[in-house]
Amino acid sequence: MGSITLEHVNKSFGGVEVIPDISLEIADGEFIVFVGPSGCGKSTLLRLIAGLEDVTSGRILIDGEDVSRAAPAQRKLSMVFQSYALYPHMSVRGNIAFPLKMEKAPREKIDQAVNNAAAILNLTDYLDRKPRQLSGGQRQRVAIGRAIVRQPKAFLFDEPLSNLDAALRVAMRLEISELHNKLKTTMVYVTHDQVEAMTMADKIVVLNAGRVEQFGSPLELYQRPANTFVAGFIGSPRMNFIDGAEAARHGAHTIGVRPEHLVVTPEGGDWSGVVKVSEHLGSDTFLHVDVDGIGALTARAPGDVPFRHGETVGLSPMNGRLYRFDAQGLAL
Amino acid sequence: MARAVSTRRKLAFTALAWIVALVVFFPILWAFLTSFKTEGTAIAAPPKFLFFEWTLENYRTVLERSNYFRFLGNSIITAVGSTLLGLVVAIPAAWAMAFSPTRRTKDVLMWMLSTKMLPAVGVLVPITMLFRMMGLTDTHLGLVLVLTLINLPIIVWMLFTYFKEIPVDILEAARMDGASLRQEVIYVLTPMAIPGIASTLLLNIILAWNESFWTIVLTTTQATPLPAFIAAYSSPEGLFWAKLSAASMMAIAPILIMGWFSQKQLVRGLTFGAVK
Amino acid sequence: MATAQTRMAARFMMAPSVIALLIWMIVPLSMTIWFSFQWYTAFRAPEFTGFDNYAYFFANPNIWTVFLNTLILVGGVLAITLVGGTLLALLLDQPIFGQGLVRLLVIAPFFVMPTVSALVWKNMLMHPVNGLFAWIAKVLGFSPVDWFAQVPLFSVIIIVAWQWLPFATLILLTALQSLDEEQREAAGMDGAGPIALFFYIILPHMSRALTVVMLIQTIFLLSVFAEIFVTTNGGPGVATTNLPFLIYLQAQFQYDFGLASAGGIVAVILANIVAIFLLRVVGKNLEA
Ligand SMILES: Nc1ncnc2c1ncn2[C@@H]1O[C@H](COP(=O)(O)OP(=O)(O)OP(=O)(O)O)[C@@H](O)[C@H]1O
Ligand SMILES: [Mg+2]
Repeated sequence: MGSITLEHVNKSFGGVEVIPDISLEIADGEFIVFVGPSGCGKSTLLRLIAGLEDVTSGRILIDGEDVSRAAPAQRKLSMVFQSYALYPHMSVRGNIAFPLKMEKAPREKIDQAVNNAAAILNLTDYLDRKPRQLSGGQRQRVAIGRAIVRQPKAFLFDEPLSNLDAALRVAMRLEISELHNKLKTTMVYVTHDQVEAMTMADKIVVLNAGRVEQFGSPLELYQRPANTFVAGFIGSPRMNFIDGAEAARHGAHTIGVRPEHLVVTPEGGDWSGVVKVSEHLGSDTFLHVDVDGIGALTARAPGDVPFRHGETVGLSPMNGRLYRFDAQGLAL
Repeated sequence: MARAVSTRRKLAFTALAWIVALVVFFPILWAFLTSFKTEGTAIAAPPKFLFFEWTLENYRTVLERSNYFRFLGNSIITAVGSTLLGLVVAIPAAWAMAFSPTRRTKDVLMWMLSTKMLPAVGVLVPITMLFRMMGLTDTHLGLVLVLTLINLPIIVWMLFTYFKEIPVDILEAARMDGASLRQEVIYVLTPMAIPGIASTLLLNIILAWNESFWTIVLTTTQATPLPAFIAAYSSPEGLFWAKLSAASMMAIAPILIMGWFSQKQLVRGLTFGAVK
Repeated sequence: MATAQTRMAARFMMAPSVIALLIWMIVPLSMTIWFSFQWYTAFRAPEFTGFDNYAYFFANPNIWTVFLNTLILVGGVLAITLVGGTLLALLLDQPIFGQGLVRLLVIAPFFVMPTVSALVWKNMLMHPVNGLFAWIAKVLGFSPVDWFAQVPLFSVIIIVAWQWLPFATLILLTALQSLDEEQREAAGMDGAGPIALFFYIILPHMSRALTVVMLIQTIFLLSVFAEIFVTTNGGPGVATTNLPFLIYLQAQFQYDFGLASAGGIVAVILANIVAIFLLRVVGKNLEA
């Protein structure tokens, strides 16, 4: 079991309010991702759940039990740090065994659990090495191994992949997802990488300046963003926003359309503009188009479109793929 | 070092540096040589540098006649004892300052350092008086207490600077893994900080070993460590230079060797981190 | 890393050190202050006398000599160790054969306990008849100097400077080695000779280390004791009596605790003036 509930959680650091008021329900077994720009309070929120920081007010419940004042050890959660935070003076075996040693578990149980975790994470050959003799990916796996032996109620990850190179990041992403499928334990995962968020999460919490902007499944956030912040944050390249007369024509303060929802034609279209830059990625082409009276729009076209710098093109939003927002940025 | 230098230049500087180094080192070398001479050779004119009959007689005499081992024992007990006591008190304090700092942490550290700057004579009268009242004069306990207190700021300071270099994540990981505070300090922090703790230990043994003011003032016969024992040789005349040299060598040798090993930490410890 | 629990624990863990030092600082110091206002000797009960002890302390006909001795001792040792230390550091920074060994030899005096170094210098080097210096003087055709009779304070300065020279050298060398090579090379490209290089690049770079060495040494040098105790016992007359030694004599031999306490407070004030500057330099470093 591992459901986590936040009730009106507030956190201030010496008078500076970092998290004004967050309430959240995380069901047992869910994979939740906190995503948001740097400094928005993701780590802080995770550390509040972990018990490494105190809530200023509000309550945190794990399996219905109030743990707001409980020490980290009593919450039975495991955490994987961005820096891995391995114990440099212990072998891989010692690192993975440490939580069980703290529990004063019997020797056989420790050995069995360590071997088991090592097998799951392909670490069996490295058990007697010290952390500094491991690669980044292996260290990451040791950190995960240390987290799983204790069979925690939930795993907490704070940007665990951000120190890895791109290829390894993709591989580890898959491994963590697989691990979740296998263990079915609640996972709370912090990242500022929206690809990680979209691919891994059952549900995403989009945070901005300590507030929850939206909480929902990845597709929900993509298809029905609650406001301009979420609309702009989820999706790559970013959604195009248009203000002013053009938006008013659609009865909104702001309208938004995703690059992949713009149809590019040699002429005609709702808007016509001049191609400033075209980026050929092979599979796709990103066209940055300057439209008179509207500004710069980005469109995603197939990889083989012929448009070049200086050419005039027409752009039209696909049917029903235009988002409308009011003056407060809320979806209409 | 990417500076290209001609061998001639290097040789010239080498010669100069060695001459200067030997001049600086000479008093110690001279005492070392004298300790192996007979009393007659020790005051011979012209002085004999290397070609004399080397003898261990002085060492034997000092060891037999002067209770040298008692003084040595006193030195070891007080220097090591005060350093260990200091570490036990300082490790938790340094943990708190490094990993749970508050707005006042810096002020507390500064204040601790400032106590180190209190001149001994400023508290000479009350300390001797309190010691007499409490029966601490000329005891190991009394000396250990004073040495601990005068070196505690340096111990806390050095540990603090070493602990600061340990990533706080790792301690938090231990906390998540279910370690209590005591376990966190014993199983995670201390082993990670072993090099820093060892340097601190070394430097403080040296400082305590050589402390002369309080050892002279607060001991008379029983707890007297080596500095006070050597000071007793200053009393009148008698040309016992060879024996004096032998006793001196035995007093400084262990610390000289430790000092050579801890020269890097010396800079850090004695400048309070102001020079790195 | 801050929950109510850890903050609480932190307070408990700091407590022993803080309390111990607080007691060490407050109890004896306030006793000293208290005694300094008492007419209090070994032979009579304390009795309040106001500032009499201070007046008496400064009325001592030798007091200004003692102050002067204290200052000359500090200043002399500082001058020798700062200049000598800088030169030595520059020398040791050069590429030389056996650098490590040279370093060990130069550092050694710092680890010799004060009583030993004082005795070795007094007897084996500076002794007017059998000392090595006397022999050298005779060989060169001079009459030997009776160091502790003719230039007692200077002799003490030499001994203390010898002990502190390694400290200055070591710290200045550390600072020197942190000067980055590129800056040096850039100056070389700009046509700076070795002298210009020293005054415009090296010396400014070392200024902080020099300040630190100066302040720390001053604190220790203001309390030089064992060297005087072993060599001259403050004499001849009061020629080598510095402030700590005077207070020591007043307390241990004249049994005038009130007077010695007043002197102790004067010494504390003197040290504080230096300490304030030192703490400011150290404190700046703490920000980083
Ligand atoms: N111990 C602290 N004391 C004071 N302010 C803090 C503390 N920890 C975090 N903050 C502030 O709280 C805000 C949120 O920080 P947090 O570390 O949670 O951001 P984050 O979303 O994890 O960002 P990033 O993606 O860069 O890791 C920041 O403005 C930060 O400066
Ligand atoms: Mg973060």
